[in-house]
Amino acid sequence: MGGKLFYDEMTADAATTRAHYSELSRWLSSLEEGTLGRKRAEAELVFHRLGVTFAVYGETQGKERLIPFDPIPRILPPEEWKLLDKGLRQRVQALNAFLWDVYHGQDILRAGRIPENQVLRNLQYRPEMQGVDVPGGVYAHVAGIDLVRAGAGEFYVLEDNLRVPSGVSYMLEGRRMMMRLFPELFARYHVAPVEHYPDALLEGLRSVVPIGVTNPSVVLLTPGHFNSAYFEHAFLAQQMGIELVEGKDLFVSEERVFMRTTQGPRRVDVIYRRLDDDFLDPLAFRQDSMLGVPGLLSVYRAGRVTLANAIGTGVADDKSIYPYVPEMVRFYLGEEPILNNVPTWDLRNPEHLSHVLAHLPELVVKEVHGSGGYGMLVGPAASREEIELFRQRLLSTPEKYIAQPTLSLSTCPTYVDQGIAPRHIDLRPFVISGKEIRIVPGGLTRVALTEGSLVVNSSQGGGTKDTWVLED
Amino acid sequence: MLSRTADHLYWMARYTERAENLARLLDVTYRMSLLYGGMGANDPGWAAALAIMGTESGYRTKYGEVSSTGVMTYMGFDKENPSSIFRCLQSARENAHAVRGTLTSELWETLNDTWLKLRDTSPSVMTSSEAGPFLEWVKFRSHLSRGVTLGTMLQDEALWFARLGTYLERADSTARILDVQATRLLGSETPVDMAGDYYQWSALLRTISAFEVYRRVYHDRITPLRVAELVILREDMPRSLHKCLNEVTEILSRVSNRSSGETERRAGLLHATLHFGQVEEIFKQGLHEFLVHFVGRVAKLSDRIAHDFLIPQH
Repeated sequence: MGGKLFYDEMTADAATTRAHYSELSRWLSSLEEGTLGRKRAEAELVFHRLGVTFAVYGETQGKERLIPFDPIPRILPPEEWKLLDKGLRQRVQALNAFLWDVYHGQDILRAGRIPENQVLRNLQYRPEMQGVDVPGGVYAHVAGIDLVRAGAGEFYVLEDNLRVPSGVSYMLEGRRMMMRLFPELFARYHVAPVEHYPDALLEGLRSVVPIGVTNPSVVLLTPGHFNSAYFEHAFLAQQMGIELVEGKDLFVSEERVFMRTTQGPRRVDVIYRRLDDDFLDPLAFRQDSMLGVPGLLSVYRAGRVTLANAIGTGVADDKSIYPYVPEMVRFYLGEEPILNNVPTWDLRNPEHLSHVLAHLPELVVKEVHGSGGYGMLVGPAASREEIELFRQRLLSTPEKYIAQPTLSLSTCPTYVDQGIAPRHIDLRPFVISGKEIRIVPGGLTRVALTEGSLVVNSSQGGGTKDTWVLED
Repeated sequence: MLSRTADHLYWMARYTERAENLARLLDVTYRMSLLYGGMGANDPGWAAALAIMGTESGYRTKYGEVSSTGVMTYMGFDKENPSSIFRCLQSARENAHAVRGTLTSELWETLNDTWLKLRDTSPSVMTSSEAGPFLEWVKFRSHLSRGVTLGTMLQDEALWFARLGTYLERADSTARILDVQATRLLGSETPVDMAGDYYQWSALLRTISAFEVYRRVYHDRITPLRVAELVILREDMPRSLHKCLNEVTEILSRVSNRSSGETERRAGLLHATLHFGQVEEIFKQGLHEFLVHFVGRVAKLSDRIAHDFLIPQH
């Protein structure tokens, strides 16, 4: 690996720096030795003190880790972002239309554009949601769409996160950190601001209230302070000025949701929940859930409270549904998709399966229901034993997996122990859907800090970078 | 404000205050055991310290004989003792963590920093020559978090519930400290004007930062009657029971809700016994009886506050 096999964000070839990076490149080479190391240490110190941490599943309880922050930004020129912005709006609009459809008339299934079983037998399909009219027809109020750049520089959607996507607090804290560490850089570049994300989110949430509610009370529902993303929950609630509630703070009475306050019960109209469907209501879903609110589903179905995101969005971001998203764009919007999908082999198809088994060392295999970079095989980086293990799994339960070609993710200069070196990155923009769709320019850039690694997830040792969308 | 948030703030402040009072108590017990008249490791002060916190039986099960090293370890760093300094500061930090969005970042950082440093401290500090400086450190971290609370937090419910926790805890522990020490020094009778052991009485005053205050107020020798008056009835003395109840009643009237009327009335009654009380009458009734009764009423008041505000059954 290495050399010019990958699209590099900064350099077109050994002699040429891309225009939008030239100023940064000059600035980098003007820095005194040790500056970046010092700045990165300063960033770590501040993040520790602020407690910008996440807990890692499987480690000792209460263990909190920092996500490494890389001080070299990732830059997107305005024309590139405009195209992405357009493509993201189109895609999320189609996904919301699909969700409405599969819980109502099911036109797309009757038209035979997506196999019926694939949707209705999907574990993420929630029959409880059939016929429920969610306000504004919005299901995925917040979508985190993972994009990667491959080959000659074209973008692909890697996955759509429509359940409880996280990471936006790192985008916001990363920007704040860059402005603190390198204020002089912001004088050289016109970077589109991202700080209004909490406002945009609150506005979006307030635009999808239950019928008849004029001055909605909005809350953020968290699983609690042992959750890996608790920092983000507390951060967003504070930035939006709304209450951060746990399940035990809420109760259902007379077909309404209330929260317990020091001044007695107060009605709740919109719940931005950062809790999975399964845990929302022990009466309807997992009975052992201590995190949810008994009776919530019935109030929700009666249209007296808004949940963001809606229940049952998982059927649209499931990896087995993913190959059909371009078809959704064509079916609901009558447009050609702007963003590419990664070619995907459906392993229930015997021809696809045998092709995949023959090419495992070149491919990426993912669990249909997996996330966070767990339970996946990256063929080119895997050992013989790992490949053999996955071969057995694919033979016994092919329906649990999909396979994709190994994408040569683009690289971006990153500060590592050896100095500045290219590392693979992705991009997660956050798309807010309310009465209208709003996207804060850029998103969260994740970077795989290990040389050659293609796995950017923070749970697998990835870091983050500030993402700059340049203004015209 | 969410009831749960109020509950966390209240306990954050209570545990911080409790850690401070523990440090004060251990510090003075330690010093007294070394002083003239003290008996070192076998000083009865160690058993008294356990009794004040109501942890004697828990201690005996685990450590057996009462000794200075045993008590210092148990009350300083024992992770199984829910009222050790370690556990109190851990609980204070956990409560703060659960509502960090409600705290100013400076307050959160202060509590978090205290916890991180405590976690890196070896329990052996309690039985070394560093015990004194360590207890001093605990006391000053509490001063710091109280200062940051007052200096940075918006004057709204969040602050009131934290303050409520501070003053209820302080009322409780001041009364306990006075009760156990006075009973030990005076025996079962309560002579009104006997000096007793000057060092022991001044140690009691030092436990609650009242030694210099005593001198300024009375300009005279230390007597049990005046000590009790200062600690129970003087409302200008920041750690006195009267001052604590002044604050509690005032805060309750600020946060008052539809179901808290009875709680406010009872707090008012308790406050009145201090506001209009006379120390001679208290001694006539029996200092020990008065204090035991007071601690019981504070505990009931805490229960009522929990029920009305912190964990309401809607």
